[in-house]
Amino acid sequence: MEHALSLFVRSIFADNMIFAYFLGMCSYLAVSKNVKTSAGLGVAVTFVLVVTLPVNYLLQTLVLEPLHLEYLSFILFIAVIAAIVQLVEMVVEKYSPSLYAMIAVNCAIMGGSLFMQQRIGLPAVDPKAITSLGDAFMYALGSGLGWFLAIVCLAGIREKMEYNDVPKPLQGLGITFITVGLMTMFPNRCRDWASRSSPWASWRWRSCVSADWRSNRRTTL
Amino acid sequence: MLSQKTKDTLLGPLNANNPVVVQILGICSALAVTVQLKPALVMGIAVTIIVAMSNVIVSLLRNTIPMRVRIIVQLVVVAALVTLVSEVLKAFAYDVAMQLSVYLGLIITNCILMGRLEAFAMTNNAWDSLLDGLGNGLGYAIILVIVAFVRELLGSGQLLGFQVIPQWCYDHGYENCGMMLMPAMALILVGCVIWVHRSINDKEAK
Repeated sequence: MEHALSLFVRSIFADNMIFAYFLGMCSYLAVSKNVKTSAGLGVAVTFVLVVTLPVNYLLQTLVLEPLHLEYLSFILFIAVIAAIVQLVEMVVEKYSPSLYAMIAVNCAIMGGSLFMQQRIGLPAVDPKAITSLGDAFMYALGSGLGWFLAIVCLAGIREKMEYNDVPKPLQGLGITFITVGLMTMFPNRCRDWASRSSPWASWRWRSCVSADWRSNRRTTL
Repeated sequence: MLSQKTKDTLLGPLNANNPVVVQILGICSALAVTVQLKPALVMGIAVTIIVAMSNVIVSLLRNTIPMRVRIIVQLVVVAALVTLVSEVLKAFAYDVAMQLSVYLGLIITNCILMGRLEAFAMTNNAWDSLLDGLGNGLGYAIILVIVAFVRELLGSGQLLGFQVIPQWCYDHGYENCGMMLMPAMALILVGCVIWVHRSINDKEAK
């Protein structure tokens, strides 16, 4: 239980899909013009993640691993995602017509599945390990919420930025990238803190970018 | 040799119609694999091959695919190609495949693929689709290489793993900019690339 809870909190903040792994970036940048639409997409992504990841967890542990068919996981996962998104779309069609392609091709869902597949293999003591169906569910829920928070934050900032005097070539896409870049710095501090015993010891900027941080980065990429 | 139209199909995506900085497609992996030049190069080549091949396959199948299930068909074609490429990479370049890890699998959901399949391959013949795929793949690769070049050079003083900045610079107090290795700088650098790209293209338009 404790493990599942820590997995949940980690996946919202320290392992946030957008800020730590850039998952689902395309729709994140394209749809974040206003808070309302982006909240809708955030909810949809969370929902699809919560349904898809447990299904893919079962597929991976009950079908692919016993049969040594791991190399088929790409095709199988994307088929499951497409099918589930199709189902979701039938339900929400009334509210949002063109979400289908947006979610089916959303790297957040596929990336969530692939990261989960990686984490299934980790030893149980690892804080990132996913060892049960419940873990997979909590990971999906946390990742979805993290994505939701990220897109709503960006949409809020972009709504305000409409009134700012941004240099012309930088308007729109350019300044959005730079904004997201600046936003990314905060969760990465969280990541630093989460990986240390004493959170405030890493406050100094230089220690954050020292060799220790670099080795940390290499292993995760 | 090539007519004006085919030339545009092939070369347009390299600059004026670049998939990353103009069409905002395929950002996820563009940001994640650019800490070093080598994985960025491999990723660029892999994406180019997969876009070109899936474009050709879907373009050949375009009259037989029912409209309602076309996205699933396209996804399966792409997933099969990505599986092939990732198995080849695991066999011949294991360390790079490990470095790319899930981002290799994420080529499936790379928006460049779906974008090009939907917008081009579904309505054009195989030869044009091949050129379009190559052009878009290379346009993507160019941005990756630019960002990875800056990040690896300034972040660790190396290029493709070889030390470029000589030792005496470090002896005289030069330091690598660790910030370049942070994910945030990938975003900010792409932002700057877009900035430069737009200012140049706007000037030309005037």
